[in-house]
Amino acid sequence: MKLAYTALQSAIRTLTCALLLAVTAPAIAQELNVYSARQEALIKPLLDEFSAQTGITINLVTGKGDALLTRLQAEGRNSPADILITSDAGRLVRAEQAGVLLAQTSPELEAAVPAHLRSPQNFWYGLSVRARALVYNLANVNPDTLSTYEALAQPQWRGRICIRSSSNIYNQSLVASMLATQGADKTAAWLDGLVANFARPPQGGDRDQIKAVAAGLCDVAVVNSYYLAGMMTSNKEAERVAAAKVGIFWPNQDDRGTHVNVSGAGVTAASDQPELAVQLITFLTRDASQQWYAETNSEFPVRGNVPVSELLATWGTFKADPIEVSELGKLNAQAVMAMDRARWK
Amino acid sequence: MAWRVGLVLTAIIVALPVLVIGSSLFTPFSATWRHILDTVLADYVLNSLALMVGVGTGTLLLGVVTAWLCATCQFTGRKLLSWALLLPMALPAYIIAYTYTGLLDFAGPVQSSLRSWFDWDYGDYFFPEIRSLGGAICMLSLVLYPYVYLIARVAFTNQSGAALEAARSLGAGRWRTFFQVALPMARPAIVAGLSLALMETLADYGTVDYFGVSTFTTGIFRTWYGLGELSTAAQLAAFLLLFVFILMAIENASRKRMQFHTTSTRGGIKRAQLRGRNAALATGFCVLIVTLGFLLPALQLVIWASISWRTALDSQFWHLLWNSLTLALIASLICLLLALFLGYGKRRYPGAAQTGAVRIAAMGYAVPGTVIAVGVLIPFGALDNQLDALVQTLFGVSTGLLLSGTLVALIFAYVVRFLSVSLQTVESGLNRIKPSLDEAARSLGSSNERVLRDIHLPLLRGSLLTALLLVFVDVLKELPTTLILRPFNFNTLAVRTFELASDERLADAALPALAIVIIGLLPVILLMRNLDKGAASHA
Repeated sequence: MKLAYTALQSAIRTLTCALLLAVTAPAIAQELNVYSARQEALIKPLLDEFSAQTGITINLVTGKGDALLTRLQAEGRNSPADILITSDAGRLVRAEQAGVLLAQTSPELEAAVPAHLRSPQNFWYGLSVRARALVYNLANVNPDTLSTYEALAQPQWRGRICIRSSSNIYNQSLVASMLATQGADKTAAWLDGLVANFARPPQGGDRDQIKAVAAGLCDVAVVNSYYLAGMMTSNKEAERVAAAKVGIFWPNQDDRGTHVNVSGAGVTAASDQPELAVQLITFLTRDASQQWYAETNSEFPVRGNVPVSELLATWGTFKADPIEVSELGKLNAQAVMAMDRARWK
Repeated sequence: MAWRVGLVLTAIIVALPVLVIGSSLFTPFSATWRHILDTVLADYVLNSLALMVGVGTGTLLLGVVTAWLCATCQFTGRKLLSWALLLPMALPAYIIAYTYTGLLDFAGPVQSSLRSWFDWDYGDYFFPEIRSLGGAICMLSLVLYPYVYLIARVAFTNQSGAALEAARSLGAGRWRTFFQVALPMARPAIVAGLSLALMETLADYGTVDYFGVSTFTTGIFRTWYGLGELSTAAQLAAFLLLFVFILMAIENASRKRMQFHTTSTRGGIKRAQLRGRNAALATGFCVLIVTLGFLLPALQLVIWASISWRTALDSQFWHLLWNSLTLALIASLICLLLALFLGYGKRRYPGAAQTGAVRIAAMGYAVPGTVIAVGVLIPFGALDNQLDALVQTLFGVSTGLLLSGTLVALIFAYVVRFLSVSLQTVESGLNRIKPSLDEAARSLGSSNERVLRDIHLPLLRGSLLTALLLVFVDVLKELPTTLILRPFNFNTLAVRTFELASDERLADAALPALAIVIIGLLPVILLMRNLDKGAASHA
């Protein structure tokens, strides 16, 4: 009888403790909620490291940028998300325009991220740079014949160019950069010439374009450079073999530079702990994190002083288009329409 | 009355996301429409139509022939093949598209070998382009025919042998018996399977996007992601719904004109023993389809997985497995209960309102998952925020978001998306039970519930299991809805597969993809054994 009574007593005590813990625990443990359009594998290790260093728990949902943005909008001021991470500037501009981000001034971040790679009003900051380069068949193409994106529309490239669908954000952003620098008319003419030069209807991803160049189906492809790096270090022999048959060329070195986009992050308007969120974004731009992007996914750091990976170093340095990436985001819809008109599938 | 109200209410709740999308038609049309009409809309419509015609023909051909062979003929390997033919169901369409592209495109092993054997170069020879409209039709037909096969096979197996024997004894040959007796009797079931396959075709995004075929779905995403116009994208999706509505009307009309009821499941067909060339042809045909639809792509996945399994098989993997399994089980059970409720209610209380409500509730299947997700996000978010505001003014505390971003929202979305699958199966099962059976039972004083429990459920067992299995496998493979609606830190096998595959890291994606396939197989095997047992006990 006594035993049963003691058992009951201790059970009540345990329960009370558990309840108290449940009520108070969220207030003690700090948490940050992240919506990320960067894939889990390409962001989680860094977030884990941040947790380990600071004791702040990080909750993550990954998904397509626009879908996450829609979720943010639908959840409104009650959204649990503190940070939105996307893999292109266009989505961040859209989030900024939708009013789901809150500008954060941080001298540290402003010093780390060059002005053209972040929002002019500091709604978001670039985290890594992605360059859209030319890949050519080493056997069939003399790199001296390559020069600019514009030149790819010339008749000498008829039936020799591979590029993926115009639904792809990196192509949209490339066309947006043409619109920004060349104007609508010149861009339209360029698009017509380029589409006429396609070796096949656009299909597949960037790696597929590189494989097509390696196989001789086309001579030049326009791809993001980290895909080539990924193939060079792939665990599939066929990919390494294909990568060895192509060379990389940085276009527009004599004028504005090679087109680049950024992956980036912004603090949500619904966040109730913006300082912590800024702390995480700052962490993502520190030297070691920047090196991690370069080594894991062969992207380029946003900070000039951070060395690129060994592999990237073998490609030499290149001049990047210094246009504000936020400008590209604003021109994105116009770019898609221009591509539609040129019948770029 | 309670049944009627319950029926319409349930249907309306399930139809909510579809209605949200449909209501976009009443919002102003932006200037973008001019641009879409001028440039891309014709492509979207024509390609979608061509895809439907192609996949419709393909699934009918593969599904009906194999179902007929397995249900009514005896040939070498029939028993094994009759369940092996379901295997392709476990393969998501975009995965089979990836594997075949890997095999057949210009840089793949097949063409490379041809080139090195015959010393050909690019342009020296003709090879069909896999990434094309035709390729998409082949891929989708190969993974979608099991819908037709499964439902048609149950129908053929349950057909009264007497009717067929009567036809034969009256001098009709095998072919005539098939075309004039068996096929018309199985027509509701075949049409049900076909409409599932077609709806899935309309909703497909992964395959057509990868193959560069512009359809309605790719157009919806292009408008949303590229142009940033969610409302215009929703309007495009609403037009897609009109497509589906027409499809359903046709299906319904065809069903009405042809209603056949079987008095019992006894006296099933005696299988005719095939011999010689015919037997070899039957075996060969089935083996070929299983090979193309499953063995070959699965082998490719195994090869890729053998490269990458060491890194892919971490502790997280088991977690993904558990998440996928529980989600699929919960969603498929809820779908089954709802389908039974709706299908049965509609049968008992036919009426324009009920029928209409049930039809609309079933439209979710043809809507791309991402669009459904938006249709769930918007009303749930609004409800949560309204509720929060109300509680805040009344009690001064914030409730936050109660439904958004929880598993409730996700499972609700699954139900909206896949209810049609269980509903079609349950309805086609119910249609095969004579209404006079219900009437007889009721005239003897049985309640609705008792008729359902004692008469329909035992007769429906095969259909119910089928419905459960189909939704289970569908949820397991489901991607876009899961991606958007899942709670924090919640992953499934499909999400992992997709993230890796979309980054063109197919080798790394192979292990979770294989896991989806293997889990998808377990219920298939279970179901087939159960169906066979059921058939045997009736023989």
